Amino acid sequence: MKSIMSDVSSRDRKQSWFYTDIVKEHFFHPKNFMDRDVATDEYDATGKVGSPACGDELRVWLKVDPGSERIREFRWKTFGCGSAIASTSVASVMVTENGGMTLEEARALKPMDIMNRLGGLPARKFHCSVLCDKALRDAINDFYRRAGRFDRIVVEASRVVDLVAKVTDHDIEEAVLEGAHTLEAVQQKTKVGIGNPGVLPAVEDLIRFYREKYFG
Amino acid sequence: MATRHVYLDHAAAAPLDSRVLRSMRPFLEGAGGNPSSFHGDGKEAKDALDDARTRIASLIHARPDEILFTSGGTESDNLAVLGYARANKANGCHLVTSAFEHPAVLESVGHLEKKEGFTATYVSPGRDGIVSADDAIAAVRPDTVLVSVMLANNEIGTIQPVADIGKRLKKLREAGHTKAVLHTDACQGAGAMELDVEKLRVELLTINGGKIYGPKGIGALYAKRGVKLQPLQFGGTQERGIRPGTENVAGAVGLATALEISSEIREAENARLIALRDTLIGGLLARVPKSRLNGHATLRLPNNANLSFLDMEGEALLLYLDAAGIEASTGSACTSAALEPSHVILSLGLPYEVAHGSLRFSLGRATTEADVDYVLDTLPPLVQKLRAISPVRVDEKYYV
Repeated sequence: MKSIMSDVSSRDRKQSWFYTDIVKEHFFHPKNFMDRDVATDEYDATGKVGSPACGDELRVWLKVDPGSERIREFRWKTFGCGSAIASTSVASVMVTENGGMTLEEARALKPMDIMNRLGGLPARKFHCSVLCDKALRDAINDFYRRAGRFDRIVVEASRVVDLVAKVTDHDIEEAVLEGAHTLEAVQQKTKVGIGNPGVLPAVEDLIRFYREKYFG
Repeated sequence: MATRHVYLDHAAAAPLDSRVLRSMRPFLEGAGGNPSSFHGDGKEAKDALDDARTRIASLIHARPDEILFTSGGTESDNLAVLGYARANKANGCHLVTSAFEHPAVLESVGHLEKKEGFTATYVSPGRDGIVSADDAIAAVRPDTVLVSVMLANNEIGTIQPVADIGKRLKKLREAGHTKAVLHTDACQGAGAMELDVEKLRVELLTINGGKIYGPKGIGALYAKRGVKLQPLQFGGTQERGIRPGTENVAGAVGLATALEISSEIREAENARLIALRDTLIGGLLARVPKSRLNGHATLRLPNNANLSFLDMEGEALLLYLDAAGIEASTGSACTSAALEPSHVILSLGLPYEVAHGSLRFSLGRATTEADVDYVLDTLPPLVQKLRAISPVRVDEKYYV
């Protein structure tokens, strides 16, 4: 069977981990998770990304100081693998430490920042930590929505690169993050350009762009 | 830190039996002649290889010249599917297989479809993880060249009606309806199940060493006399030219010994494992709410317990269990390179949520009642912990 265990465990208990010590700490002792049912108006904002069908679902709740717009509290719930749990936990610490990030700062939080704080994640696990910053931005928009400050809502538009397969640049980005680094691999995940080969040069450019952005 | 080590991943790899190792030693440590060489050491190696072939043949009720040694289950499956389909194109270009075969079969069939002009029918198993013989036989057409259905599923352990399919396929052949022959992948079934090619009525059968406490890197393909196979590799006359390359003598001897030991202890070991398996399954279902057994409760391998725990993700649980010293495996997408959840669980018509939360425990010869009790005590609070941080609450109607 598809080398199921090869990189998650070994019988050597001392060096068995595929994840760093910081990942382990956050995975085994997750910080700031929401441990109860919560009423909608109890927090200033909520955000959500993913679904259990795709393997990860993440929800966040924020309390924000109205004057300074600093995040005072960040609570979360995650359905997902070890690195999804650890990256959300570590992000909750990053966002609230030292008096808390401003919403502006939090919106600029990049998947790479979260991964660096964890001391690295395996390439194909990287997409898990990407979810966390998306849920956070979703919650920041919710904060402004509730406050009626619609001018502060940032819609993350994506550009359709293949009208036939309805594939966006965002889909290509996701595919690259999930480990598809060649045109063939990205096509397997997204079906981009299949039946519409005219878009392939643009797709290859995007793959190169995202590969360099995330993997150097 | 783990206080106990409970290995429950025997379906992935079983430890080498010390008696098997002992039987292999002379061919690992000795002169290690080449069976094709004309001298004393070469003859010794050839005699050992022939002896291993004869022993395996007699265990599965075949003739020695019907046993081909390969590098393992994947190669045997590839040789059976690709080698047979290519050599017998004149009989037709249609294949029948099940939707939850091992990738070694599925991807070979897929390759023939994509690159070599074959078409295939994938028979879906029932919700209980069993392919109906009626469905498999109904899929056979006059231009069907090969039917491939595994003896037991590698993930959920369900036992397939191979003998029934074989019997009915033979009737179809005798009636002139088709020329199709039957292949079965017995990698998981070997050991717990009797491999009698006459009773199974198969023309091709895959075995490997690593799952039956034998050496890794050795396998065999039974190919009935008269069954034509096109080689996948070239460069010699070994294994009748169908699988050229210097033979793995120690591996072949080890495989024969491993099969003999499995056969000797089968009855008693199966009874012992079934009792442990059912304690594990029953205990987990009773102690963990929102859990389900994947696959038929009794028509399954004695050592296989595959369960899904809803509202949490399998890899996370696997890692928590590993930290507690329990080693299992999961059909969750997160542990597969493709990030796709188990095709086996999905093929049963179950939703993604069930596949993501599935865990396979495969018991072995060293597994004890105390090990099972340890899992029953350790697992429930870990599931509870993961559910506490999960936002997902899957409705019962989707998985019961």
